[in-house]
Amino acid sequence: MPNKFPLWKNVLILLVVTFGFIYAAPNLYPPDPAVQLSGQSGAMVIDQAILDKVESSLDEAGIEYFAGEADGSTALVRLRDGGLQLRAKEVIQAEMGGDYIVALNLAPTTSDWLLSLGGAPMKLGLDLRGGVHFLLEVDLDSALTNRLEADLLNIKTELREERIRYGSFSVKGRQIVGQFRDEEQVERASALIRANYRDLQPQSGQGQNALSLVLNLSDVATREIEDNAIKQNLTSLRNRVNELGVSEPLVSRQGKNRIVVELPGVQDTAEAKRIIGKTANLEFRLESDGRSGETFEFRNPSGQGPNARLENKAVITGENVTDARASFDENGRPQVSIDLDAKGGWQMGYATRDNIGRALGVLFIEYKTRLDKSIDENGELVITPVPFVEKNIISLATIRGQLGTSFRITGLDGQRESSELALLLRAGALAAPMYIVEERTIGPSLGAENIQLGVKSVTLGMAMVLLFMLVIYKGFGVFANIALAMNLLLLVAFMSLLGATLTLPGIAGIVLTVGMAVDANVLIFSRIREELASGASSQGAISAGYDRAFVSILDANITTLIVAVILFLIGSGPVKGFAVTLSLGILTSMFTSIVMTRGLVNLIVGGRKIEKLWI
Amino acid sequence: MTDLKIYDFMGLRKIAMVLSCIMLAVSIWSLSVQGLVLGLDFSGGTQIEVGYEQPADVGRLSEKLEAAGFDNPVVVHFGSETDVLIRLQGQPEQSLSDRVYSVLQEGGEQVELRRVDFVGPQIGEELRDDGGLGMLTALAIVMLYVAIRFQFKFSVGAVLALVHDVLITLGVFSLARLEFDLTVLAAVLAVVGYSLNDTIVVSDRIRENFRKIRKATPVEVINESLSQTLWRTINTSLTTMLVLLALFFIGGELIHNFAIALMIGVGIGTYSSIYVAATVMLLMNVDREDLLEPVEGELVDDLP
Repeated sequence: MPNKFPLWKNVLILLVVTFGFIYAAPNLYPPDPAVQLSGQSGAMVIDQAILDKVESSLDEAGIEYFAGEADGSTALVRLRDGGLQLRAKEVIQAEMGGDYIVALNLAPTTSDWLLSLGGAPMKLGLDLRGGVHFLLEVDLDSALTNRLEADLLNIKTELREERIRYGSFSVKGRQIVGQFRDEEQVERASALIRANYRDLQPQSGQGQNALSLVLNLSDVATREIEDNAIKQNLTSLRNRVNELGVSEPLVSRQGKNRIVVELPGVQDTAEAKRIIGKTANLEFRLESDGRSGETFEFRNPSGQGPNARLENKAVITGENVTDARASFDENGRPQVSIDLDAKGGWQMGYATRDNIGRALGVLFIEYKTRLDKSIDENGELVITPVPFVEKNIISLATIRGQLGTSFRITGLDGQRESSELALLLRAGALAAPMYIVEERTIGPSLGAENIQLGVKSVTLGMAMVLLFMLVIYKGFGVFANIALAMNLLLLVAFMSLLGATLTLPGIAGIVLTVGMAVDANVLIFSRIREELASGASSQGAISAGYDRAFVSILDANITTLIVAVILFLIGSGPVKGFAVTLSLGILTSMFTSIVMTRGLVNLIVGGRKIEKLWI
Repeated sequence: MTDLKIYDFMGLRKIAMVLSCIMLAVSIWSLSVQGLVLGLDFSGGTQIEVGYEQPADVGRLSEKLEAAGFDNPVVVHFGSETDVLIRLQGQPEQSLSDRVYSVLQEGGEQVELRRVDFVGPQIGEELRDDGGLGMLTALAIVMLYVAIRFQFKFSVGAVLALVHDVLITLGVFSLARLEFDLTVLAAVLAVVGYSLNDTIVVSDRIRENFRKIRKATPVEVINESLSQTLWRTINTSLTTMLVLLALFFIGGELIHNFAIALMIGVGIGTYSSIYVAATVMLLMNVDREDLLEPVEGELVDDLP
């Protein structure tokens, strides 16, 4: 048995090793601390002139920088000293003003030829990088109820106009339920709703009561409202996140009604939470003309403020607000410009046309949670979260003309007030309330510490395994050790290439892989020893050892892979990271410990007559 | 196989069975009576890790927080004298951790906010369900794979060995009142993978030997197979243990319990791949008849 690999196999091994070196290489370049500048809106051009301004402000402050670059939409300046990142951000923000977002960033230093091959360093998870992770739950029921209540108000008006008399009409859960005097009224109401409200499905005379009318939202409409609610919330969350000035934020939908927000590298977590966690809505309502209405207090952090009476019906809600910005009018006085969507603009125009001179109030609605304690039947203390709603007026301004999709609120007391109002308006532009259901914050120093611990444990674990293999399997231990090192290299290369995120449990997965990857070699080498003991020739033992061990290795690894895949499917966040490294590690280790060691063995001892194998 | 010493593993199988039964009984008793100490991931709540420059007095911090109106704060050292972990039960409002942090900073103390974890009760519940479901799915799929790849009796052996390992690992966590969080769940699933790996290698050899060695009792075949794979089992367990020790000692507080769970699991898994799977197979009267492949069947038909 010659134990020689055909040329193509050797070439394949070489190619894989080269691949490993190239794609693992970007991780060797530590990123530069940097500050990134972008515009509040995507339309703003960030060019060389702006970059010069940024650089001169840094010069003045005596902060050393290098390699500033501007690509039209963002500008990036790399700093010599990472400790000055925050200071640089403040300096630039002060110089450029509120129209620009200044974010802390880590600029990759991957060399150009690696970049051109698609090479990039591994992404670090929040637990290694520091940052905040939020999971928000969108209250879809509330979005549906809002919609039903809006429809109900319109239906009531139309019924009155048509002189159809009803006893009661109200929203109950996900339905609107009405009571009528006689069957003719039910019929007429039903016909009117069917004609004017496509999304509502009227069902009359349900159950015992022939004079009731139940309106259900159609499934299509329900789904549409829910999807729109999530989309609108995603959009406004993205806007809020942009305000924070975070590089590479993640805002995405998870499951039916949840949104994940990840803000790597955020230092001021309280500020992040204040802006992200602001679960609020808006209602624009006309000031009451005295006959009906509700009284609300002005929003005033210091406590009790004056109050005003607003009408019961909202003209539009935060759902219709697409943007709000603080700016200055022609005379340099602070103002807030508001943009509405088409539907909101139409409704606003309709409501304000005949009401010029009256006041329009903006109601800021916050959804909060308080804890109520009670004793259950077993005598145990039960703490139940009770959501409650707080409504305050944030603006009451006189209507000077018919309003459309875009209008301004003027007469504000200063820039502070205008930017606060714009912030609140944007914050309230939410379709449905959200609650934070999970928060994970990792301080930057803990992240750095975790990386250090991870690297240390991989190094120590690896060193011990290398030594162990060398002691037990001597010459063949060297082959196994080379394969083990290559396995680590390939694992890093694949993770970098696939854009997989490295987390602390992910590092634990790598360490575990290091320990378990040698298993295949242990199996093979034990087999070879057995074959030798039973009197096989050196070459025969090698060949038989590899062949016989292969089935065991394959079975064992496939089953472990099944477990890893399940772990990936059920796991969240960090555990997913563990599953990814574990499964990738299993795949790469199969290659390195079977194909690569065989290649080495063949190269060094194959095809020759060898008296004794050093195993 | 002239040099190989054959150990009479199966001669001890009655003792091993009693030992396993005792360990299982204690584990199940502990799990059902006192259950697991669920970590924040599963129980829900808020925990805050802060770092001081000087060693911190947890008793004083606890009093300070209670005085500030927090209910039953649990304040403990975390990893070192200067690190403190504060835990508050129940679902808080969003700003709870900020309020705790500002109370700690009162009086101008230097406190570094290292970590905040807040998990709503609904999330904890979902994770519990998903975790349990994942574990059962893993076991079912593995059983199926082993049944197809080997034989039904092997798959019962393998799965019972897995259940054995998982229950005892969980039992130790319950008995020692160690905290069970998401990383530990990941570790337990990794134990499933590891223990399976071990059992499969042994089963593979048993299958091979049943086909190869004709005149031997099942006990003899299994003893020989176990002896042949003994060094491999020990060596692999040792390398894995070595890296786990590295994780345990220098991996940091956050994966401490992860390492513990795996160490217990690897230890038990090594034992169970020798004793549990094989013993179960013997109890089910495993025989070479079970392993004759249809293709090879004709070749061996003339044997007694």
